Amino acid sequence: MDTNVILLLLLVPLLGALLNICFGKKLGNGSGIIATLAVLVSFIVTVIAFFQVNTTKQPIQSDLFEWMAFANFKVSFGFLLDQLSLLWLLFVTGIGTLIHWYSTSYMKGDENYGKFFGYLNLFVFFMIVLVTGSNLLITFIGWEGVGLCSYLLIGFWHKNQSYNDAAKKAFIVNRIGDLGFLVGVFILAFLFQSVDYMTIKESLMHGTNHQINTWIGVAALALFIGAVGKSAQIPLYTWLPDAMAGPTPVSALIHAATMVTAGIFLITRLNFVFDLAPQIQNIIAIVGAVTSLFAASIGLVQNDIKKVLAYSTVSQLGLMFMAVGFGAYEIAVFHVITHAFFKACLFLGSGSVIHAMGGEQDMRKMGGLNKFMKATYATFLVATLAISGFPPFSGFFSKDEILMTAFHNNPALYIIGSLASIMTAFYMFRLLFLTFFRNFRGTQEQKNHLHESPASMTIPLWILGILSVVGGVISLPGNSWLNNYLQPIILNNAANNHHAFGTIEYVLMAVAVIGALIGFGMAYSKYIKKGDIPQEDEQITGFHKVLYNKYYVDEIYMKIIVKPIYALGTFFRDVVEVALSETIFGLGKIVDGLSLQGKKAQNGNIGLYLFAFVFGVCIILYYLFIAS
Amino acid sequence: MIDILFYILSTITLGSAALTLLSKNPIHSALWLVVSFFSLAGHYILLNSQFLGMVHIMVYSGAIMILMLFTIMLMNLNISNEVQKPFVTKLVATVAFCLMGLIILSVVMRGTEIYELQYTTHGKDFQSVQVLGQVLLNDYVLPFEMVAVLLLLAMIGAVLISKKDKTEKTA
Amino acid sequence: MENVIEIIGIEKYIYLSIILFCIGVFGILFRRNAIIMFMCIEIMLNSANMLLVAFSTYHQDAQGQVFVFFTMAVAAAEVAVGLAILVTIYRNIGSIDIDKLKNLKG
Repeated sequence: MDTNVILLLLLVPLLGALLNICFGKKLGNGSGIIATLAVLVSFIVTVIAFFQVNTTKQPIQSDLFEWMAFANFKVSFGFLLDQLSLLWLLFVTGIGTLIHWYSTSYMKGDENYGKFFGYLNLFVFFMIVLVTGSNLLITFIGWEGVGLCSYLLIGFWHKNQSYNDAAKKAFIVNRIGDLGFLVGVFILAFLFQSVDYMTIKESLMHGTNHQINTWIGVAALALFIGAVGKSAQIPLYTWLPDAMAGPTPVSALIHAATMVTAGIFLITRLNFVFDLAPQIQNIIAIVGAVTSLFAASIGLVQNDIKKVLAYSTVSQLGLMFMAVGFGAYEIAVFHVITHAFFKACLFLGSGSVIHAMGGEQDMRKMGGLNKFMKATYATFLVATLAISGFPPFSGFFSKDEILMTAFHNNPALYIIGSLASIMTAFYMFRLLFLTFFRNFRGTQEQKNHLHESPASMTIPLWILGILSVVGGVISLPGNSWLNNYLQPIILNNAANNHHAFGTIEYVLMAVAVIGALIGFGMAYSKYIKKGDIPQEDEQITGFHKVLYNKYYVDEIYMKIIVKPIYALGTFFRDVVEVALSETIFGLGKIVDGLSLQGKKAQNGNIGLYLFAFVFGVCIILYYLFIAS
Repeated sequence: MIDILFYILSTITLGSAALTLLSKNPIHSALWLVVSFFSLAGHYILLNSQFLGMVHIMVYSGAIMILMLFTIMLMNLNISNEVQKPFVTKLVATVAFCLMGLIILSVVMRGTEIYELQYTTHGKDFQSVQVLGQVLLNDYVLPFEMVAVLLLLAMIGAVLISKKDKTEKTA
Repeated sequence: MENVIEIIGIEKYIYLSIILFCIGVFGILFRRNAIIMFMCIEIMLNSANMLLVAFSTYHQDAQGQVFVFFTMAVAAAEVAVGLAILVTIYRNIGSIDIDKLKNLKG
C-alpha cells in the first residue's frame, strides 16, 4: 500500500511528462488537460497520504530497491512521506495543479504547447522526488532535476538569445550551489557512513564529540551554499531576476512558489545537523537578512512588473533564511507556505496583466487596469495586502513571527528585516498603483485589446487569493497547528516554546502593521496623489541609478569572475591547447614517417614475402623448440 | 637387402626432387617430379602400406602431374626462357635452405629420446586395405564425407575461377 | 610380419623427409616460375606425408595413414584451385613470373 502510494505520486507526473514530451504535437490542446490531471492525481494522493499521516503520526516510508552499496556504505532508493515532505507536497502539487490549469489558457496558441506541459510535469516529478527522498542522494536527484527543468523552462522561448543567456546563467550559478550540496553530502556520508536522513538523525541523537562537530559545521556550510544557490540568496541570487525570461506560470510555479524554497526545505530537513553548527546558523541568519534588505531595495525602483516580483521573491526568501538561521524552522516553513500562496497569486495576476497587455511588462505603460480586469485586480490587491503584512492576511502572521523571532535573537537583524518589510509594502503598492490605478498609459491599440482573462485563469487566481487571506490560520500566534504538526520533524523545538505571548509581542505586531502602513502611505502619496510615473531610463541619476542598475552586481560579477575565467579559457585555448595539439600531431607525424618507411618493405613482391615467411618460421621454431 | 633398397630409393627421391627445381625447362621439371613421386610410392610400399602407395601413384603421378603438365602446355611454357633470379637472391635462398635444415634437424635432435626406445612389434595387422577401410569408414566417416564435399567445391571453384568472363570479352 | 622400421630405423626416414622438405623450401625461394613453385609445394607436402606413413608404421597404427589419405585429398583440391588461379593470372598478364605479380602491394 505505502509503496503504491509513493509510486502513484511519483509516476503519474512522470507519465504525463513523457506523454507530453513524446506526443505533445499530436495531443494538441489535450496535453494541457493531461498535464493538469496528472498533477491533480498527485495532489489527491498527497491529500490522502496527508490525512493518513496526520492521524497515525507515523511517516510512510518505502525503500524501492538498493541503489548502490560499497562495503558498509549503502544507499537505498527510498522515499519518505513524513510531516515535512507532505506539507511541501501539498502546496507543490496543489499550487502546481492550479498553475497547470492556468497555463492551459496562458500558453494557448504557443507552438510548443505540449513540450511546455511536458517540462512542467517533469518539474513536478522532480520536485516530488526532491521532497520525498529518504536520503540525501535521492534529494540530490530531485535537486538537479528541478534545476534542469528550470533551465529548460527559462529558455523555453529559445529563439530569443537573451532568454537563452538567462537560462544558462541560472544553470551555471546553480552549479556553484550544487557543488556545495555535493561536498556537504560527501562530508555527511563520510561522518555517518550513510546519507539516510533517519540514520544521520539517530547517530546524532547518540551524542557527538568536538571533532565531529567541526566537520558537521563544514558540512552545514557546504549544504548552506547549496541552499543559497537554489534559493537565490546573496551572493548567488543574480540568476533569479533573469529567470523571469520564462513564461509567467513558470515564474509563479518554479521561481516563486516551489523550487526556490528547496533551500529552506533542505535546511529544515537537516535541522538536526544545522542545530549543531551555531556559527553557520548565524551566517545563515545574516545572509538572509542582508539579502532581504538588498533585494527589497532593488525592487523599489524596478519598472518591469515581473522583475519587481522577482526581487520581492529574493527578499522574502531572505526572510525565510533569517528564520531558519534562528533555528525557527517551523516559522520559516510557515512563511514558505503563505509566500507560496500570495506570490503565486501575484505572479499569476501579473501574467494575467501581461496577457491582457499583449506581452508588455513595463509598468510605465500600464495603469488604470482595475476598470478592465476586475478579478485580476481584486486578487492582486488581496495578495499585495498579504505580502505587505496587513492583518489578518496570511503574510502578516508569518512575517510577524519571523520578525518576533529576530527581535528575541538579534535586534540588529530585526531592524534590517523590518526595513525590508517596509520596503516590501512600498514596492508592492507601487506595483499595484502603477498597474491598476489612474489612467492607462499604453497605446490605443493595447487599450482596445484589454480584456479580462478567461475563467481558467481567474479561478486559480481566486483560489490563491482566498488562500492568501486565510492561509494564516494554520499557525495562529499562541496556538499554532503547524508547530504541533511539525513537532516530530524538528528535534530542537527552541522557537516553539521560548516566548510566552505578552505585551512585547503585541507591540511588535503593532510596529509591523505601522511599518506596512508607512510603506503603503509613501507609495500612495507618490503614485496616487502626485501621480508620479517612473522616469525613463536615461533620466535616472544618483543612488536611484545605482538601485535601478541592481547595485551593478551583474557587472561586478562579470568583471571579477566571468572575465578572468574567460581570459583563462582563452589562454588555454590559444596557448596550452595549441602546444598540446602540436605535441600530439608531432608524435603522429613521427609514426606516420616510420610507417611510410615500413610500407616500403611491403612492396607486393611475393618472393620477398616468401623469404620473410621462411625466416619467420625458422625464428618461431627456434623460439619454441630450441631456445626454451 | 631392404636397407640397400631404401638407400637407392632415397637417392632417387632426393635427386629427382633436386632436379625438379633445377631444370630450366618446366616440362623436364614435371617429369622429374613424376620420378620423385614414383620413388616415394616405392617408399610407401617398402613401409608395407600398399594401399597408400597405389593411391599416391594414382593421385599424384596420375592426376596432379597430368594437370600440371596440361597447364604447362596450355601456357606454352615448354621453352626455357625463364629469367633467372639475381645472384644475391639465390645466395639468400641457399642460406635459408641450410638454416631451415639446421633448425629442423636440431629440433629433432633435441627429441632423440622418442626413437631411441627399445622397439618391439605387436604383430597385428594394422595397414592392410581391409583395416584401413574399417578405420576410414567407421572412425573417420564424417571427415571422409567432408573430403568429398571439399573436392566437389574445389572442382566448382576451379571451373569458376578459370572460366572466361563473358562481359570482359565483349568489352 | 616383417617390419621395415626394425631394419632401417625411424631416424633415417626423419632425415630423408627433412632433406626433402628443405629442398622444397629451397625451390620455392630459388625459382620465379609459379608452376615450379607449385611443384615444390607438392614436394614439401609429400615429405610430410612420408613422415606420417613412417610413423604410422613405427607406432603400428592405421590412423597416420588415414591422415595421409586426407592430405592427398586436400592437395588435390589445392592443386586444382591453384592451377585455375595460375591460368587466370596467365590469361590476364601473360606471364606466371611471380616477380611480376605486384598486386599484393600494401
